[in-house]
Amino acid sequence: MSELSKLKISEARDALKKGELTSVELTQACLSEIEKADALGAFVHKTPELALDMAKAADANKAGGDLNGIPLGIKDLFCTKGVPSQAASGILEGFKPEYESTVTTQLFADGAVMLGKLNMDEFAMGSSNETSVYGNAVNPWKRGNDDAQLTPGGSSGGSATAVAADLCLGATGTDTGGSIRQPAAFVGITGIKPTYGRVSRWGVVAFASSLDQAGPMTKDVRDAAIMLKAMSGHDPKDSTSADLAVPDFEAALTGDIRGKTIGIPKEYRMDGMPEEISKLWDDGTAMLKDAGAVIKDITLPHTQYALPAYYVIAPAEASSNLARYDGVRFGHRAKLDAGDGITEMYEKTRAEGFGDEVKRRVMIGTYVLSAGFYDAYYNRARKVRALIKRDFENVFADGVDAILTPATPSSAFELGAMKDADPVQMYLNDVFTVTTNLAGLPGIAVPAGLDKTGLPLGLQLIGRPWEEGDLLNTAYALEQSVQFVAKPNRWW
Amino acid sequence: MSIDIETARRVAKLARIAVPESDLPELANEFSAILGFIEQLNEVDVDGIEPMTSVTPQRLKRRDDVVNDGGQQEAVLKNAPDAREGFFAVPKVVE
Repeated sequence: MSELSKLKISEARDALKKGELTSVELTQACLSEIEKADALGAFVHKTPELALDMAKAADANKAGGDLNGIPLGIKDLFCTKGVPSQAASGILEGFKPEYESTVTTQLFADGAVMLGKLNMDEFAMGSSNETSVYGNAVNPWKRGNDDAQLTPGGSSGGSATAVAADLCLGATGTDTGGSIRQPAAFVGITGIKPTYGRVSRWGVVAFASSLDQAGPMTKDVRDAAIMLKAMSGHDPKDSTSADLAVPDFEAALTGDIRGKTIGIPKEYRMDGMPEEISKLWDDGTAMLKDAGAVIKDITLPHTQYALPAYYVIAPAEASSNLARYDGVRFGHRAKLDAGDGITEMYEKTRAEGFGDEVKRRVMIGTYVLSAGFYDAYYNRARKVRALIKRDFENVFADGVDAILTPATPSSAFELGAMKDADPVQMYLNDVFTVTTNLAGLPGIAVPAGLDKTGLPLGLQLIGRPWEEGDLLNTAYALEQSVQFVAKPNRWW
Repeated sequence: MSIDIETARRVAKLARIAVPESDLPELANEFSAILGFIEQLNEVDVDGIEPMTSVTPQRLKRRDDVVNDGGQQEAVLKNAPDAREGFFAVPKVVE
């Protein structure tokens, strides 16, 4: 029975359609795995009864979509009606939305089953899942025989762990600076951040609205294509959602990339890049070349300014978005002392409800938007962002179809390792991923090998806007060449 | 750029986050480190560049100016820490 949770979405879909399997059996298998996996800290709100009801409904429904009966985990950032949704923050403790996010509405309309809510960094701010109010999510992988607990990355750390440990068949993630792709790389799974506007943000707790995009985290590229199709589409409730038809992404997976031009950006070969990452990248390049792609050296000259620009824009938007957590409409309200007025209520509520990293970013955002600094920081960062986007437009105009880079500067690190580091050290995790958020482009992380300690490493492909199908196909070709089959040894 | 304790205190106040006096020096240090990192942006020539307003080249859509939702007082108040008589309740604001 426990083998069932190891199925890929495509395999389960086919077995369900043929009647070889029921969603109830599949869902029970996942629920049983989840019950045994508390040490991984992935599922923070379990919904087994709801899951079985949804599974029964799926089994009775002959007209469901590709995800009919498929059990998924949902990141805690998505509002799910009647189910706790607190963005891993203390300030949303007890919050049960009265509405359903567009993404989960669409997944459920397709027939998907929700197993529960997944751990993450608080308000998606972090790269290690260590800022969560629920405690750490733990990477199912270990370094050789070393027993140290490793981070699954962040912010979608619970999603990454749940998929890699076969607690579910796929999971939703969100990505503001790398929060799908970095954790996917750290646990050896696939994760795609689509083009900004492809997936509705309605009902997803906002962090930085001009950068946030939701996407799937799955066991392979085909599953990512299946799940992305169900998540995508125009939504009148999100004014930045694109009114474009959603192609059949799975149908794009031919594996034929002959004649495609793959750009290799020289600025991503950073000083001090570990030999293993450099070799992984070279090997991936050679594989795409062998598959018939044309390899082209390219330049994205403003790359080094992406992270500093991000750490102005994202906190600025966060300080504005998180102003709504004031103790009035939902979530936590601090106990007040005699004589406290409304200002004290705001200040105490926010001091108690937000964790340190969230406070830090809200205050940085407040600073860069404050009178006298707005031009020097915020407007300058938005200008640099325009230049970063132009770098990409230039290479695409020169005929580049996709860009290959490493997904992360290292493999998964130890939980607690960054405890005493300055915050900027943690931010460097997103150095390869943050550019696509700033430019609004689709990016996908694909597992590409193991490092010398046996931990997964990923490569990233960046595509043209709205061409996720073509990007997924290039990723599929890479996946076919890499043949990544390693799994973590079960210790939980 | 180095952030002093007074600036840290002012920013915390603007952000409506209570920060104990004893935490301000450490906070100021963290701000300084992050802003130091951000200062790199000053190296970029941004003359004549328009600040980005939308990452995708689309005009912000406008819907028809009609009532399309409402009448959900109960749902709206459901998660409030303190709701009374159909309203959000807060400490006294006006003397």
